[in-house]
Amino acid sequence: MSKLKSITKKRLFLPIFSMILVILINVVYDIICGNPPLSFFTITIRAITGDSSVLYGRLIDVLNRGSEVAILAIGMTLVVSSSAGTDISVGSVMSLSGGLCCMLLAGYGVTNVSEYANPLWVGLLAGIAIACVCGLFNGFLVAYMNIQPMVATLILWSAGRAIGLLLCNSQIVYVRVPSFQVFGSYVGIIPTPIIIAAVCILIASLVLRFTALGTFIQSVGINKRAARISGFNSAKIILLTYVICGLCAGIAGLLATSRIYSADTNNIGLNMELDAILAVALGGNSLGGGKFNLAGSIIGAYTIQAITTTLYALGVSSAQAPVFKAIVVILIVVIQAEPVKEYFKKLSAKKVAAKGAKA
Amino acid sequence: MLRKKLAVLFAAAMVAATVAGCGGGDAQTAAPAADAAPAADTAAPAETAPAADAAPAADTAAPADASADGGLISVGYAQVGHESDWRTANTQNYQNTFTADNGYELQLVDCDNDNAAQLEAVRNFIGQELDYIVIAPIETAGWDTVLQEAQDAGIPVIIADREIDADASMYDAWVGTNTKNEGITAANWLAEYLDGKEANILVIEGTVGASATLGRTEGFNEVASSHSEWKILDSQSGDFTQAGGQEVMESFIKSYEGQFNVVVCQNDNEAYGAMDAMDAAGITYGVDGDVILISFDATHDGLQYTLDGKINCNVECNPIQADVVASVIQAMHSGSAYEATTLVNDEAFVAPGITSQYATTMTDEVLAGRAY
Repeated sequence: MSKLKSITKKRLFLPIFSMILVILINVVYDIICGNPPLSFFTITIRAITGDSSVLYGRLIDVLNRGSEVAILAIGMTLVVSSSAGTDISVGSVMSLSGGLCCMLLAGYGVTNVSEYANPLWVGLLAGIAIACVCGLFNGFLVAYMNIQPMVATLILWSAGRAIGLLLCNSQIVYVRVPSFQVFGSYVGIIPTPIIIAAVCILIASLVLRFTALGTFIQSVGINKRAARISGFNSAKIILLTYVICGLCAGIAGLLATSRIYSADTNNIGLNMELDAILAVALGGNSLGGGKFNLAGSIIGAYTIQAITTTLYALGVSSAQAPVFKAIVVILIVVIQAEPVKEYFKKLSAKKVAAKGAKA
Repeated sequence: MLRKKLAVLFAAAMVAATVAGCGGGDAQTAAPAADAAPAADTAAPAETAPAADAAPAADTAAPADASADGGLISVGYAQVGHESDWRTANTQNYQNTFTADNGYELQLVDCDNDNAAQLEAVRNFIGQELDYIVIAPIETAGWDTVLQEAQDAGIPVIIADREIDADASMYDAWVGTNTKNEGITAANWLAEYLDGKEANILVIEGTVGASATLGRTEGFNEVASSHSEWKILDSQSGDFTQAGGQEVMESFIKSYEGQFNVVVCQNDNEAYGAMDAMDAAGITYGVDGDVILISFDATHDGLQYTLDGKINCNVECNPIQADVVASVIQAMHSGSAYEATTLVNDEAFVAPGITSQYATTMTDEVLAGRAY
């Protein structure tokens, strides 16, 4: 009993619980339909054309397709923590970084190439660099100009995608070169996006664990002035979180671009800022800044993807899918809400009291 | 203090750079469209031949009327934007048709998918007292006021390409394609190709609620319901994008592995995504494959895949509409009768090795002869 209690008290309990709940829907559905009950979890190695083979299964799909949001969630968590606001430009920045990368790789005005116009590393580096510059711009406005984060990032939210479109001459630019496609397909048998996301998460958690950066960010988020008085350069730390957020958006953008080996600037990262913010919220983080829980956000990101994949698996029609998604999100957010937690605490306290009275 | 001043200066410089960037970009995007115009010129007449048949007054090449009243006919076209190759082809087609040589003065406004900008553009046309206004509506609703203004000003309005939610008395003519017919064509071709064999169909729909999605679904399902040997296993939205098509197909494969033999994608980009997903799962498609792939739009890349035998059948949505619009305007101008609604012909294309009464078999010449 006390063991169970100590588990439920852990900070990550609710995010993990929500994710399991979402996945359980699939198990129930499979049992009802007479499929093997664990077919959602089955991962096989499947031979495809040629002599290559890849990991195959719905769980792999969730991990694979959830990569972009998971990477975005890293940056978003830090931004939310340090500045008590959200960076709504990440989706646009994804599109811009993908657009610039493909424009460089294909050459301006060219829409379809099977050979690089510039070396691959130039494209990738430029994509990442422009995303960092966007982060710098956002961070500067928020940290040094004291503009509300949502207003400051609104600029690039609308301009980022537009600049991307200009770079690509308003067309979809295809780069049909295998070495560019590799980032969105497979390395050996593992989907590359999973590897890239894992590396990003690993680096972020190592940095937060072995440096004081995490503490700095949290103290700035809890009380900016107090942090400054205690000797932190609050503005610099806020700026840094926005640059990291831009970097994450750049990586996610290149990933999304590589998946479709083209810069579809109109659609890459469309509405993804909302998924990233939702991931932070589902992870049990307060959008009011301060303390954060990176692992929670990452779990939140994969939960969002699990919901999407589940709706596909259930065959919910696309017109109704958003409604189901909304219901699931409401449930998850509500069970994590303070009043609900309080209620359950009181309930269990009453139970204990009743037991005590009986004895 | 100095720091603050510097910061303000920096911000101002950034804003200036952004504005300059945008201005430069606009000029750049406008240039290639004009450049490309003469090239497409030659291809246009061949393309529009069937469409002109459908029009009541095929007499489009007669600028005599215009010169009779001593000037050019001024036409304002409020274009949706330039979001796709299709739209670019449509714009070029208008630019090539409504030329001064043909007796027109065209004002083309690219509304960048912004509904408010489009309303503004139409009001601007009314203010300039143009002779005719052509609108390719971005949104279906909200047109009543501005159409009333045009009517009050006595300027005829032609709705092109898409449909609007307004009473037919509010505008003078409609010219466009019928997405329902495209769905019917696709299904008819499938019925002919399968010749009574069973079909287990997966559909990757377009954006939920988009008129192309609704029309193509309705048309296809209408024919499908009359075939008892056909079964639509599932239907999900891929948002008209390649990424969407990939993700939906990936999931379809897991749910219906080995159970399906037909995949219908409601545009070419979704078809590319579906092909990626099937490649990644080792499923073969196209003429030599296990799965029959049907797509819509017939863009240049899409037809290349059709020519390569990867897409079995690709149903066109014809952007070459300006000739039909011009014929309607000519009829209005000379006071003769014209059709209130005119459908532009949509063709279908099938992979080499397939012959069909509903579609043209792809060859290199067909691809080279396309206007877009």
